[in-house]
Amino acid sequence: MNNVTTLKDWASDQEVRWCPGCGDYAVLKAVQRTMPDLGTAIEKTVFVSGIGCSSRFPYYMASYGFHTIHGRACAVATGVKLANPELDVWIITGDGDALSIGGNHTMHLLRRNLDCQLLLFNNEIYGLTKGQYSPTSRIGTRSPSTPFGSVDRPAIPASFALGAGARFVARGIDVNKKLPEVLKAGHAHKGAAFIEIFQNCIVYNDDVFAPFTDRSVADEKQLWLEAGEKMLFAKGEKGVAFDAGTKALKVVAGDSDEVLVHDPRNRALALLLAEMPGDIFPVALGVLYEDPAPTFESAVIEQNRAASEGKNADLQKLVAKGQTWQVEKEPHEL
Amino acid sequence: MVSATHRLTEEEAANSDRGEAVVVRFAGDSGDGMQLTGGQFTLSTALAGNDLATFPDFPAEIRAPQGTTFGVSAFQINFGSSAIETAGDQPDVLIAMNPAALKMNVQQLREGGLVIADTGAFNKRNLDKAGYEADPLQDGSLAKWKVLAFDISALTLESVKEFGLSNKEALRSKNMWTLGLALWMFDRSRAPVVEWLKQKFAKMPEIAEANIAAINAGHAYGETAELGGQVGQRHIDPAPAEPGLYRTVTGAESLALGLVAGSQLAGLPMFFGGYPITPASALLHHLSRLKEYGITTFQAEDEIAAICAAIGASYAGSLGVTSSSGPGIALKGEAMGLAVMTEIPLVIVNSQRGGPSTGLPTKTEQSDLYQAVYGRNGDAPIPVIAARSPADAFDCAIEACRIATRYMTPVILLTDGYIANAAEPWKVPDMDGYEPFPVKFAVAPKGDFSVEPYARNADGARPWIKPGTPGLEHRIGGIEKAPVTGNIDYSPQAHAQMTAERAAKVANVADTIPNQDVCLGETSGKLALVGWGSTFGPIHQAVRRSRSRGLDVSHIHLRHIAPFPKNLGELLRGYDRILVPEMNMGQLKTLLRDQFLVDAQPLNKVSGQPFRIAEIEAAIEESLA
Repeated sequence: MNNVTTLKDWASDQEVRWCPGCGDYAVLKAVQRTMPDLGTAIEKTVFVSGIGCSSRFPYYMASYGFHTIHGRACAVATGVKLANPELDVWIITGDGDALSIGGNHTMHLLRRNLDCQLLLFNNEIYGLTKGQYSPTSRIGTRSPSTPFGSVDRPAIPASFALGAGARFVARGIDVNKKLPEVLKAGHAHKGAAFIEIFQNCIVYNDDVFAPFTDRSVADEKQLWLEAGEKMLFAKGEKGVAFDAGTKALKVVAGDSDEVLVHDPRNRALALLLAEMPGDIFPVALGVLYEDPAPTFESAVIEQNRAASEGKNADLQKLVAKGQTWQVEKEPHEL
Repeated sequence: MVSATHRLTEEEAANSDRGEAVVVRFAGDSGDGMQLTGGQFTLSTALAGNDLATFPDFPAEIRAPQGTTFGVSAFQINFGSSAIETAGDQPDVLIAMNPAALKMNVQQLREGGLVIADTGAFNKRNLDKAGYEADPLQDGSLAKWKVLAFDISALTLESVKEFGLSNKEALRSKNMWTLGLALWMFDRSRAPVVEWLKQKFAKMPEIAEANIAAINAGHAYGETAELGGQVGQRHIDPAPAEPGLYRTVTGAESLALGLVAGSQLAGLPMFFGGYPITPASALLHHLSRLKEYGITTFQAEDEIAAICAAIGASYAGSLGVTSSSGPGIALKGEAMGLAVMTEIPLVIVNSQRGGPSTGLPTKTEQSDLYQAVYGRNGDAPIPVIAARSPADAFDCAIEACRIATRYMTPVILLTDGYIANAAEPWKVPDMDGYEPFPVKFAVAPKGDFSVEPYARNADGARPWIKPGTPGLEHRIGGIEKAPVTGNIDYSPQAHAQMTAERAAKVANVADTIPNQDVCLGETSGKLALVGWGSTFGPIHQAVRRSRSRGLDVSHIHLRHIAPFPKNLGELLRGYDRILVPEMNMGQLKTLLRDQFLVDAQPLNKVSGQPFRIAEIEAAIEESLA
């Protein structure tokens, strides 16, 4: 490891200003705790965010940071990485920022496979604008803009990412101790790493994830995926299997031969895992999908290099290109 | 390369509008290849040493239904033995490839001018589509003009017979046959066109040969046929020009070259973010072929991503450039504010077109000046400069790069559809004559220091700190910030001070731009015409003609619109009257009134067509009456 740093080195001197009890604090600590393990130099690290509560994140990191405008973090990050591919680029965004106003950029960043980590803080609400429902809010969410309950179907971030062509899709929980491992896996992945973090908004949407994050149900409702390991939960008493008849997933006993072994390269299975309904199924967490592909910036650099090869970048020649003619001086000028 | 010898006398230089000039308009169906024909005629004309200006005028549809009036594509060229600054008020020669082309263009033809028409295309079907009840070539309705009508289609088929092409393929050479005739009419060399065809169709030599045969046949037809005494060969002498190496450029080409030059003079790699839009796409096309000059081009998912990626690239140490036309510029507005707020260098090119909304995608207008100067939320001043011609776009692009990097600010460069597409001869610049303006990125000093990303130098500019620089880690953003440290601070004092600092910095740009000159006439008098952008040509010619008739009128042309040159107010107050010709409803007029409390009067044209010289001359007379 080239760069030896501590958690403290990654914390800026700015006072953190989220609501007391906000899940963002836990994510910030998890990131600051993870960074020293990655071995990246602080000066080569850039956090780029959009707008929203979570987008204040870069101010609290001691690295370089750019707090941009609503929905555009992915677009700005694309320019940063293309201009200097040596930078370690982290995108901090939320459910409204990444999937509503910035949905287009998120889709194309994933499709292009820019090498970066995209941390989507999903709290299923617009916090900074005081509590309106968001594109991930469940049907019936009552909010200042939907006093009678929202009627539109929510987006599933992991499905959106898979649909857009993401090559790495993972999930974590703000206060869960496994979050640093998920972040490390995302960082180790070369390409766009899409990481959805279930983040509790204590003011406007408190406990919206409690049905699977609460300690009392965590075992029963959380399926932590590990490559090459069986998909077991409820302390190993239950497992997830594929029902050939219905072509869907099912819950079986943990000791059943049918329990699936997690293969992160299986995209079809990743989609099924991302969309497991919450009634009898657990929520799939950890790395749902990982199948590396060439990155956007490496392809751009390679094409720039190949197209420049053997060419002399002579500006004077460039301006004189094409068909030219010479206007001579009048030979008999007085 | 060809060479020409010119006799440039003082008298000629002083009275250069005495020379001969001809305006030719090629018009046909969108699929007839009129832009190509015009472009090749332009090249031959430039190589013959004439000065010239062109006006490509084409429909927004890619392939409008054949034979319809709305599918007519035209290319006008004005060339002569003296300085040419407009594409010409009225054509002297109209080449009409079908009835619709005749119908859409003949009314603009000078009385007594020549119509050349392809009778092969004047059949019942095409006449119906153009809305002609009777054949205008035969019913006497063209009596005001000379008409030369013959079956170009049949002659073309005959000329390419030996190549065994299908009828449809063979007829595609019609435009080349016509070009051959036009080249003969004006004593132009066929050699450059032949060379171009051989290059273009290197992989399909039989197509190249067929086209060359068509050109030769058209040329021979002029030489040998009895053309009814109406058409003789006419030679136009070369225009007097400064000695040196010349080429032709379109505005889009020279803009691309200027941006490359600007980034090289700044010592920076360039990052260009764009999204396809007419008429701005040509810039993206040109730059995407110049990777060896340290240029990365990025076709983004939308206009917003194009500018945001350019901002990200500038933040990371490249020269970020983005380009669009009015509707796309509107989408970029919020991100421009981000660049203003974070104080990041950026060049934003607007190739203006008729608006609002989708407006007139392929027609020209200057109606985005308010948008450039005022079109953002908050107090968000951005320097604005405007190119006046295809060749001028080169220097304007360099100037935009200079201001952006020196003052750490976005800069808007205005051009328009007319400049982007039109071509003119250009004296190849000597790049050694340009002063470099190398960018110095901040590095951490030795010893104890605090990071001050918003400390300011004498220009009011902040340091450019690249991520990756050890010891200077800091955070920036679109939220209001404290002076010097840049930490989040939206206290009343911080906002008031930072707003003032951002405005002062942009105002300081006036310290490093030239004083406003008078490009024709006196520094005071009865009337000044004040213009900007592509109206330069017609205004200049109108003022020249009026002055030669003894009228007291001068021409002031503005390149810098925000901030204005420091002496502009004083200069304007030296005239009794100020007239502002613009292809909009009076936007510069408003700016001048606002900044200087002068009685600037508007002269507006919003038809999507450039001003005619005569229109401006008439306005001068009226103003001085």
